[in-house]
Amino acid sequence: MDRRHVLKIGGAAAAALAVPRAMAQAREPIRIGELNSYKVFAAFLEPYKKGMDLAVDEINAGGGALGRPIEIVVRDDNGQPGDAVRVAEELLARERVSMLMGTFASNVGLAVSSFAKERKVPFLASEPLTDKIVWEQGNRYTFRLRASTYMQTAMLVPDAVRVAKRRWAIVYPNYEYGQSATAAFKKLMQARQPNIEFVAEQATPLGRIEAGPVAAALQAARPEAIFSSLFGPDLSRFVREGTTRGLFRNVEVFNLLAGEPEYLDPLLDEAPVGWYVTGYPWQDIKTPEHDRFLSAYQAKFRDYPRLGSVVGYAAVIGAAEAIRKAGSLEPEKIVDAMKGLSHSTPFGRIVYRTLDHQSTMGAYVGRIGLRNGKGVMTDWRYADGAEYLPTDAEIRSLRPPE
Amino acid sequence: MSEIFADILIQFLNGLAGASSLFLVAAGLSLIFGVTRIVNFAHGALFMLGLYLAWSLIDLFGRSTLLGFWGGVLAAALCVGAIGAAIEVFVLRRIYKAPELFQLLATFALVLIIKDAVLYFWGAEELLGPRAPGLRGAVEIFGRRLPEYDLLLIVAGPLVLCLLWLLLHRTRYGMFVRAATQDREMLAALGTNERHLFTSVFFLGAFLAGLGGALQIPREPAQLSLDLAVISDAFVVVVVGGMGSIGGAFLAALLIAQAKALCIALGDVAMFGTIVSFSKLTLVVEFAIMAAVLVLRPWGLLGKPLALARGGSAHASPLDPPGQLFWPTSLFVLMLLAFAPLGGDRYLLVLMGDIAVFALFAVALHFLMGPGGLVSFGHAAYFGLGSYAAALAFLRLDLPAEAALLAAPLAGGLAALLFGWFCVRLSGVYLAMLTLAFAQIAWSVVFQWNDATGGSNGLIGLWPAGWLKDRTLYFWATLALCAAGIFFLWRTVHAPFGLALRAARDQPMRAEAVGIDTRRVQWLAFALSGAFAGLAGGLFAFAKGSISPDTLGVARSVDGLAMVLLGGVHTLTGPVLGAAVFTWLQDEIARNTQYWRAILGLAILALVLAFPYGLGGALKRLRGAS
Repeated sequence: MDRRHVLKIGGAAAAALAVPRAMAQAREPIRIGELNSYKVFAAFLEPYKKGMDLAVDEINAGGGALGRPIEIVVRDDNGQPGDAVRVAEELLARERVSMLMGTFASNVGLAVSSFAKERKVPFLASEPLTDKIVWEQGNRYTFRLRASTYMQTAMLVPDAVRVAKRRWAIVYPNYEYGQSATAAFKKLMQARQPNIEFVAEQATPLGRIEAGPVAAALQAARPEAIFSSLFGPDLSRFVREGTTRGLFRNVEVFNLLAGEPEYLDPLLDEAPVGWYVTGYPWQDIKTPEHDRFLSAYQAKFRDYPRLGSVVGYAAVIGAAEAIRKAGSLEPEKIVDAMKGLSHSTPFGRIVYRTLDHQSTMGAYVGRIGLRNGKGVMTDWRYADGAEYLPTDAEIRSLRPPE
Repeated sequence: MSEIFADILIQFLNGLAGASSLFLVAAGLSLIFGVTRIVNFAHGALFMLGLYLAWSLIDLFGRSTLLGFWGGVLAAALCVGAIGAAIEVFVLRRIYKAPELFQLLATFALVLIIKDAVLYFWGAEELLGPRAPGLRGAVEIFGRRLPEYDLLLIVAGPLVLCLLWLLLHRTRYGMFVRAATQDREMLAALGTNERHLFTSVFFLGAFLAGLGGALQIPREPAQLSLDLAVISDAFVVVVVGGMGSIGGAFLAALLIAQAKALCIALGDVAMFGTIVSFSKLTLVVEFAIMAAVLVLRPWGLLGKPLALARGGSAHASPLDPPGQLFWPTSLFVLMLLAFAPLGGDRYLLVLMGDIAVFALFAVALHFLMGPGGLVSFGHAAYFGLGSYAAALAFLRLDLPAEAALLAAPLAGGLAALLFGWFCVRLSGVYLAMLTLAFAQIAWSVVFQWNDATGGSNGLIGLWPAGWLKDRTLYFWATLALCAAGIFFLWRTVHAPFGLALRAARDQPMRAEAVGIDTRRVQWLAFALSGAFAGLAGGLFAFAKGSISPDTLGVARSVDGLAMVLLGGVHTLTGPVLGAAVFTWLQDEIARNTQYWRAILGLAILALVLAFPYGLGGALKRLRGAS
């Protein structure tokens, strides 16, 4: 980061010395503006940044794009939409970036997508999970990499139907992600298992769950299965309280995201065995794409990748591929290139769908197990994102026309 | 039937355990405030530090042994106590003479520094602590299981309460502390070394914060957002209980924890044909309780009216009327600002637009805090409600941005009129906390009401059409409106209304005697301040094209306070300066360093120590000296 900053100052100084524009252009890197809540969601975004660095190295070693190296200009958005829009303005005005990428929280992602539409800049939303960013509030300039809340919920549904439980309790963090996950889960389950009963529902403040009372309240409802979309510290507290209180005995638990190393690893040997989760079993994936990514990542950082690493890596690769395919830095051309763009990621090939700008990047679905005193995913399979989306007609009815 | 009874009993015990945890944090805050009158914003950060230190020290001493665990907990609390004492000696002692609440700014800077220090030493990933040896399991109560550690916590709270009571009421040291709480000047006059007393109280308060954190280690993963989460809880408990009253804090902790457990136990209940989700109320229940308690009992459950601290700086010297050159100079500066961004740097346009908006926000807050003497901890409510009103008028009523903007001051003003009616019946920190409670309630409504406000996602697509689409013209419009608002508020301070307001602040009795209805004047000041904060919010919404509940969140209120305090409460131009410096610093530092929060904190701390009367105050003195 510091090194890059020095380079930037150098670049600015060169510009100030009025080097003829055309000459500078030949060597000048292509800039991509990345904004994210590095401090607020540091546990996910530090590995994310490493993933980006790795991708930049690889792309530039392979000759960059359009004969120029690429450079990621990183800004912290403080987790606030207002600040995000301000740094986006700065990235466009001062750094002259060719496109924007990043964001974590849904509200920040949506704010930047609205900004991208207004300023007609391509925006690759790497992490926000909200369904709205590609559906109800989608626009021409915004693309999203990760499997959305709806998609990941849908990935858990086949197993949830298979365990054939009638009495379900639900617990979710009380904001858009948890609400959408809960709504999608109820809708999908009711369609496939009409006799399902939802016996308790707990909406807990994000990051502030009162795990003891919540576990006791769920227990009082005597559920046969639980659907949870908790993550991070809320999940750790819930797991510990629930385990101590025997909440999970003879109860099937489904938890979105809980298999991601970011949220699974802190649980150490208390990882709840047998839970159905979506996540990233980095230790066990044996595909050529992933092997290559894993060894390069470990060689560079002496650390293992988290899901954030994959997202950061794949987002930068996607941005570079879009620029290559566009053959130009013209915003409209990059947007057109993004539509239907297909490229390789550590999870295999993905496509940015022309219909709704959602990528088909999937997630791994499996159950939590213990190995050497650490939580891992067992019995997992890769769920391709393309198979867990509503019909095209449904999406057309949701998405505003361009 | 007995099943229901068992469920209720378990939730009651859960509530007791929660109450103990809350009380442990709040006790230290209450103690520090009672003696030093410092609102220690860093108390939550000290709690977080206690948790992290306990995690490391227990690891060091041995996770599975009794001695290792409890030795670690105690050592962590002692370390935090020492850090608290150091903070008093090296930072706060230097600024006791500064205007009221200025210390708040210093402790805010400490929050930023401690957070980055923790990130640096312990990393970003959350750390799940060990379970307590010997208390790993659960006990069975009527077929329900309760963690054994919860039983320990249930005992720990009342035990600490008793020990504190004994310390305060049965020892010589405690006598001095109580004396200092009531009249510290008298105590100093009688020959007690105030310095040692303050340092030791800070040690004790910080020790309790650290202990509160360390004791949570089996229940709470150590993570970086604990500081702010805990501080708001602790404030609420202290205020509901009555500032400085340890017993009150315990009662308040009990009330709040039980109310939360009850909301969770009720879950979804079918009422009046719809389903009411009580679990969602946990978002706001403590603030609702605080508002209710403060409206009914203005000094908390067991608190007493505060004795005015003599000496210190209770009164500001009267503001000088503007000199002959004041208005021409202001206009000249305004002209310069209007043309500054035309040099080609488009971003300067954006940054200066932001500064203008925040300057108006800060001046509106200062109008209430400075001349009004009414501190608002929840001013973002008016800013945010203004921005939502403008946004809704724009999106739902399809009004053009120019017309929709009118809704902003209207909404901010009306909300301030409503909240202010209750607030002006209180004073000092209680008033400030009531404004915070209302702000949090407003925030939670905006956050929950998905259909109207877009919930946590907020509203997007607020881009004005027509001539305002041009960024330069929008900047000029922003600058003109903000400057007009700022000039109007400045002018009002020197108008009869402003004189009455200042009289009500400095000498309420005499003001009443000469026929000023002080409450009414303060109430109107609230509305006026709210209206301009709302206007700032409206301008902000159309500049950013989107808004979400954080526009009325605590962080924005705190930013506003930081701007005003940084600029100086006792000058008119200070808040503008403070807003400019704060916004610019944040923008500049965040771009250039990874640990920008710590740098920002250090910068604020340096400014605080160098200019204890704020930047505006320093300028004024400079002028006075030359």
